[in-house]
Amino acid sequence: MSTDPKKLPGADPHTGNREIDPVTGYDTTGHDWGGIKELNTPFPKVALVALALTVAYSVIAWVLLPAWPLGRDYTRGILGLDQQEVAEERLRDLATLRADWLGRFEDPDFTALSNDPELMGLAMPAADRLYQDNCSACHGRAGGGGPGYPVLHDTYWLWGGAPDDIAVTLQVGINAAHPDTRWAQMPAFDWMEDGQLSALSGYVAAMPSDEADPDSEAATLFTENCVACHGEGGAGGLMNGAPSLVDDTVIYGQDEESVMVSLRNGRQGVMPYWSERMSDAEINALSLYVSRLPDDGAVDRTETPQASEGSAAEATQ
Amino acid sequence: MLQRTSRARLADAVSPWFVLIGFNLFCVWAATGYVMGQTQSKEYAEPEWYADLWLVLVWVTYFVVYIRTLARRAEPHIYVANWYYMAFILVVAMLHIVNNLALPVTWGSGESFTIWSGVQDAMIQWWYGHNAVAFFLTAGFLGMLYYFLPVRAQRPIWSYRLSILSFWGIVFFYMWAGSHHLHYTALPYWVQTLGMTFSVMLLVPSWASAGNAIATLNGAWHKVRDDAVLRFMFVAAVFYGLSTFEGSFLAIRPVNSLSHYTDWTVGHVHSGTLGWVAMIVFGAIYSMVPKLWGRNDMAWPKAVEWHFWLAIAGTLIYVVSLWNAGITQGLMWRAYDEGGALSYSFIESVEAMLPYYAARTLGGGLFLAGALLCALNCRATMRAAGNRVDEADRPLATQPAE
Ligand code: HEC
Ligand code: HEC
Ligand code: HEM
Ligand code: HEM
Repeated sequence: MSTDPKKLPGADPHTGNREIDPVTGYDTTGHDWGGIKELNTPFPKVALVALALTVAYSVIAWVLLPAWPLGRDYTRGILGLDQQEVAEERLRDLATLRADWLGRFEDPDFTALSNDPELMGLAMPAADRLYQDNCSACHGRAGGGGPGYPVLHDTYWLWGGAPDDIAVTLQVGINAAHPDTRWAQMPAFDWMEDGQLSALSGYVAAMPSDEADPDSEAATLFTENCVACHGEGGAGGLMNGAPSLVDDTVIYGQDEESVMVSLRNGRQGVMPYWSERMSDAEINALSLYVSRLPDDGAVDRTETPQASEGSAAEATQ
Repeated sequence: MLQRTSRARLADAVSPWFVLIGFNLFCVWAATGYVMGQTQSKEYAEPEWYADLWLVLVWVTYFVVYIRTLARRAEPHIYVANWYYMAFILVVAMLHIVNNLALPVTWGSGESFTIWSGVQDAMIQWWYGHNAVAFFLTAGFLGMLYYFLPVRAQRPIWSYRLSILSFWGIVFFYMWAGSHHLHYTALPYWVQTLGMTFSVMLLVPSWASAGNAIATLNGAWHKVRDDAVLRFMFVAAVFYGLSTFEGSFLAIRPVNSLSHYTDWTVGHVHSGTLGWVAMIVFGAIYSMVPKLWGRNDMAWPKAVEWHFWLAIAGTLIYVVSLWNAGITQGLMWRAYDEGGALSYSFIESVEAMLPYYAARTLGGGLFLAGALLCALNCRATMRAAGNRVDEADRPLATQPAE
């Protein structure tokens, strides 16, 4: 059987067409694909116009912008744009905007700065974003800390809570890779006997509630081994990285079991150093922000009060 | 489809089974690679060299079966749908091979190094990535559209000429467009401009395909109203038009600076994959399953109607919530206050996503519920198989007497 549509019965001998579609009034191409036919509709003008428009758009873009390769070079476009330059220029513009207020943090007198409400209105929201982007993953949205990460909105400090002290902590980190980093090592007391360890754990766990027995054997152990770092009666405050053991904030936990783990294995938390990631001015602004974190953990965040309330509550839990 | 529109039997009895089983085996290998961390960190091309080589073997066999069957055809020309299939198989093979050129560390190791490096690697990857969208998620499905829509509507394709223009337009323009995935990167500016402009021109053949499909329904609108299966196909064509319009828009550099890295991209992806790819697949399933099991209709025709509305609602909720999510993210990330500091921290933009993600979960859930209904409906239909013979069935081409 012939497969040429022009020779099929009823076909137009020139086009091979056989039927006119009643809906559109066009004839078919004569093809028949398992029942599917095709109309011989002329090419719609609108498609051509659209094609012409998009081609025109493209040609204009090619003329204005870098577009076609020419061997080792390319057409530069009459606007002469370079994406690197454009990006750098925008960053410079922003840096100029920031320079006005951030510059005052270069070499700061923190008291004077805090007393300038206009400056604080610019700097503290910005510092809040620095805090949220860089610190909140460890220290919590509102500075509430978490297991292994100290609380930042309380009045107990490992290394000092004045803006200058905090700035040093941020510059060099704690147990970090910085050459001048602050060292804070809680040694392992694994050489103690099990009985001594558990007595000591019980003693330390009872310290915050003031129920620890000062005449016990554990009290002697504590004086001999711990006071050098943790201060008289475990009161801390030596600003050597060792926390107070009598207050009610903890880093790792002060129940018997956690203390036992701290004693057996030692502790050495790492706080990264930021001198390579932030400018001095940024670190100073952030230090001021951290020192001003309210002691009850509710952060005054003017931008999104609802969001911060919810998450502050979560973070302090 | 190939057999119907060419009036020819598949060219071989064994190799189609090899392709079917082999491809599924590849999928298993690929999935185990994800789970066990044996991947080569290229998006959409994660499987390692051993799985890639296997896929080449399967895919080349697929191509050979396809071409041999096409060569046997009893029709003088090749139907558009078959052109799309051919492009799909051929181009996917080409993309897969080029993007996966890699040297294994040793023959005994699953790890390998790609032979491309630096920005060339990135460009090859997105030339691959974008054409994977074009040929894996579009060309094959356009083939399905060109078959099932006219069959179901009982209407001739509206314009033969337009289908030819769209085919060549799509094949030609897509090849240039990959660099729109790399706007504002180390890729030279001029490559980005070319990618952007070709993506915009790509809109014309894409809309021509969608328009051709919709115009084919002229004279069959009452069927679209009454028949959920045809409505699936109609909606697929509409979403195809929408997502390609969105794609061309996102490819414009300044727009992309807002949308890139945000959920807008994910919204665009799913308006294509849920609205277009999945809808045309559902239409095809509902056309084929009753036919193959000798029935006039699905076992539960009402469930098809339910599925249609679930799928539509799911897709719209999903896509609209992600548009909002993406635009919100993009605006929050680029906002600076008057002092030149960022207006929002990243975590605030994450918190802002809550309502959109909740809506997205709802949309996805609706869509999934519809798909489950479809699966159950198919099962019911298969168990209630009839013995109806389709009137449109015709004998294969009469062979000359020997
Ligand atoms: C990777 C987690 C991590 C990140 C991120 C981090 N910190 Fe810390 N930070 C710590 C840990 C752990 C400590 C306690 C170190 C120790 O246990 O001795 C600490 C301690 C501190 C201290 C000392 C507290 C005191 O009582 O003296 C300050 C202040 C501080 N961090 C501020 C910040 C700021 C501001 C940022 C953001 C720029 C930040 N941290 C980011 C983990 C982190
Ligand atoms: C060399 C100094 C040093 C000595 C001696 C020392 N500690 Fe510590 N201790 C630290 C430091 C520093 C930390 C904080 C470690 C950190 O944050 O990573 C700490 C942390 C702790 C903690 C965890 C506190 C919390 O909030 O989770 C406990 C409990 C503790 N020490 C108990 C003791 C006891 C009991 C002794 C005596 C047996 C002792 N320490 C001896 C330096 C010392
Ligand atoms: C004219 C047609 C289209 C154009 C010009 C286009 C353009 C784009 C653009 C500009 C992006 C964003 C790239 C980025 O910012 O990272 C994108 C992403 C994407 N598009 Fe399209 N698109 C088109 C059609 C489609 C269709 C029909 C589908 C699906 C069926 C689809 C699937 C995807 C996918 C999966 C991504 C995400 C890629 C990734 O993982 O980053 N696109 N497309
Ligand atoms: C019920 C239906 C579906 C749901 C709920 C769903 C959900 C998701 C989710 C949550 C993501 C991750 C997005 C992110 O990075 O934030 C995703 C990504 C993706 N999905 Fe879907 N999906 C569905 C159907 C589909 C279908 C049918 C396809 C393909 C035909 C598909 C293709 C993709 C692709 C290509 C990506 C990657 C996008 C990118 O990298 O930008 N999805 N999907």
